[in-house]
Amino acid sequence: MSKLTVSVSPHIHSGRTTTKIMLDVIIALLPATIAGVVIFGLRALLVIGVTVGASVGFEALFNLIVKRKQTIGDLSAIVTGLLLALNLPANIPIWQCVIGALFAIIIVKCLFGGLGYNPVNPAITARVFMLIAFGSMAKGAFPTIVDTVATSTPLSAETMPKLLDLFLGVHGGAIGETCALALLVGGIYLLVRRVISWEIPVSFILTVFVFAFFKEGFDFTLALSQVLAGGVMIGAFFMATDYVTSPSTLFGKLIFGVLIGLITSLIRYFGSYPEGVSFAILFANILVPYINVWTRRRVFGTGVKGNE
Amino acid sequence: MNKNSNMTIFLKGILKENPVFVLILGTCPTLAVTSTVTGAFGMGIAALIVLVCSNVLVSLLRKVIPDSVRIPCYIVVIAGFVTIVQMFIKAYFPEIDALLGVYLPLITVNCIILGRAEMFAGKNTVGKSALDGLGMGIGFTIAMLMMSIIREVFGNASFAGIAIPFLEPYKIGFLTSAPGGLLVYGLLIALVYVITKGKAPLKKSFSCEGCPSKEHCQTGACEVKGGND
Repeated sequence: MSKLTVSVSPHIHSGRTTTKIMLDVIIALLPATIAGVVIFGLRALLVIGVTVGASVGFEALFNLIVKRKQTIGDLSAIVTGLLLALNLPANIPIWQCVIGALFAIIIVKCLFGGLGYNPVNPAITARVFMLIAFGSMAKGAFPTIVDTVATSTPLSAETMPKLLDLFLGVHGGAIGETCALALLVGGIYLLVRRVISWEIPVSFILTVFVFAFFKEGFDFTLALSQVLAGGVMIGAFFMATDYVTSPSTLFGKLIFGVLIGLITSLIRYFGSYPEGVSFAILFANILVPYINVWTRRRVFGTGVKGNE
Repeated sequence: MNKNSNMTIFLKGILKENPVFVLILGTCPTLAVTSTVTGAFGMGIAALIVLVCSNVLVSLLRKVIPDSVRIPCYIVVIAGFVTIVQMFIKAYFPEIDALLGVYLPLITVNCIILGRAEMFAGKNTVGKSALDGLGMGIGFTIAMLMMSIIREVFGNASFAGIAIPFLEPYKIGFLTSAPGGLLVYGLLIALVYVITKGKAPLKKSFSCEGCPSKEHCQTGACEVKGGND
C-alpha cells in the first residue's frame, strides 16, 4: 500500500458503465429486431437502418456544432434510434424516419443537455410526435410472411387475431412491437442482467390486464390479447424502464407502472386513438419528478412532529 | 453606443429586446394567428400601427394622466386606435379580417402595446416613444413572419396561400396545429437567446433584477399587475 487516496463516495464501483448498459439493451432488443425483419420483410431492415444511422449522425453533428465532447460512443443514440425504429410501421416513408430521429435526438435529448438531462424518453416522444404529425403512422404495416388482409394495428381491427398469432407477432403493427415472444426474451434478459427491475413492467402489464379483464366481462383471452397486442410489451420492458425518465424509488416505480397501465387502458377503450402506450409513457415521464418527491423516503429521525 | 440614442431605442425592439422572443409578450396572437403568413403579416402590421399611435398619444398625455388611473387611460387610448384599425381592415381587407377573426379586436389587450405604454411611452418624449413603438412593432412583425413562414411552409407546403408543389409530399401538418406552434415558438426563443447571448438582458432570476424591463419599470409594479395577456 504505497498511497492512500482520499476521495468522495462512492468508493466501490461495480464496473458498470453507460456503454455497457446500453450494449445490454441493444442485445435485448435484437430478438425483437430480428423477429420484426422476419415478419415484415427487408423494408423493416431499411427503416431500422435509416433511423439508427440518422440518430447517431444527428448526435455526432450536434456535438460537432456546439463543440461538445463527442458522446456517440456511449451507444445511447443507437438505443434511441433502434427503439424508435421498432415503434414505426415498416411501410413508413423513409424521410419521416429521418425527421423522427432528428426530433428524438436533437430536440428531446441534445437541446436539454444530452443523455441524463432529457425530461422525457426521446424515442417515445418522437413516436408521439410522428403519430400526431404523420397520418401514415397510425395505420401500421401488415406482415409479409403470412397471407393476411391489410389490417391496421389489431387494436383498431374489427376482430382480434388469435392469441398465438399475437404471441408470435404475426399481425399488423409497428416493426418491433408485434412479436411478444421476442420482447419477452429480451425483457427477461434485461431482468436477469439487472439492467431493469421488475416493478415497472409488472405493474404496467398487470394494470392493463386487470383493467381489460374487468372491462371485457371477465374474459381471460380478451384480457390477455390486450396485453399482447400493441405496444404494451415493448413499452413495459424497454420504454418505461428508461433510467432517466422513470422514478427511482420502489414505491414510485409501482405508481409509475400503474399510472401508465391505467392511461393506456383508458385511451384504448375510451380515447380516439386505437393505441395509448406512447401517450401514457410520455405523460407519466412528465410526472416522474413529482412521483420522486412524493415517494421520497423520510430520513431516519427527521420529519417527526416536534423534532423538526 | 449611447444607451438612449434614437437609433438604440429603435433597434432594440428588433432583436435585443424583441417583444415576442425576448420579453415574451404578446404570446397569444403569436401562437394563434401564425399558421398562415398572410394572417401573421396582417396582425403584425395592425399591431404596429396601433403601437405607434398609442405610444405617441400616451406620451403626449403622460403629464395629464394621473398615475393612479393610468392603466384604464392607456386601455381607452389603445382601444380607440384598435377600433379605427379594425374598421379600416374590415372595409378594405375583408379576407384578412376573416383570417384574424376575434384576434383583431383583441389587440386591445395585447400586452406588447400596453407594456410599451407603461414601460416607455408614459415616461419618454413623443419622438422617442414613436421610435420605440416603431421598433417594437417591426420586431413583432418580424417575429410573426418568422413563426408563420416556418409553420406554413413546412406545415402546409404553401407560402402566403401560394402552394409549393415540391414540398407537398413532405409536409408536416402538426406544425400548423397549436402544439406545433408552441414547439416552433420555443425553438425560436432558444435560437434568439443563442444569437443575442451576452447582449440581451439575461434573465438571471425571476426577481426585478433579472427583468428585461427593469430600467423602465417602477420597482414592484409587476407584483400588483400580474402576468401575461
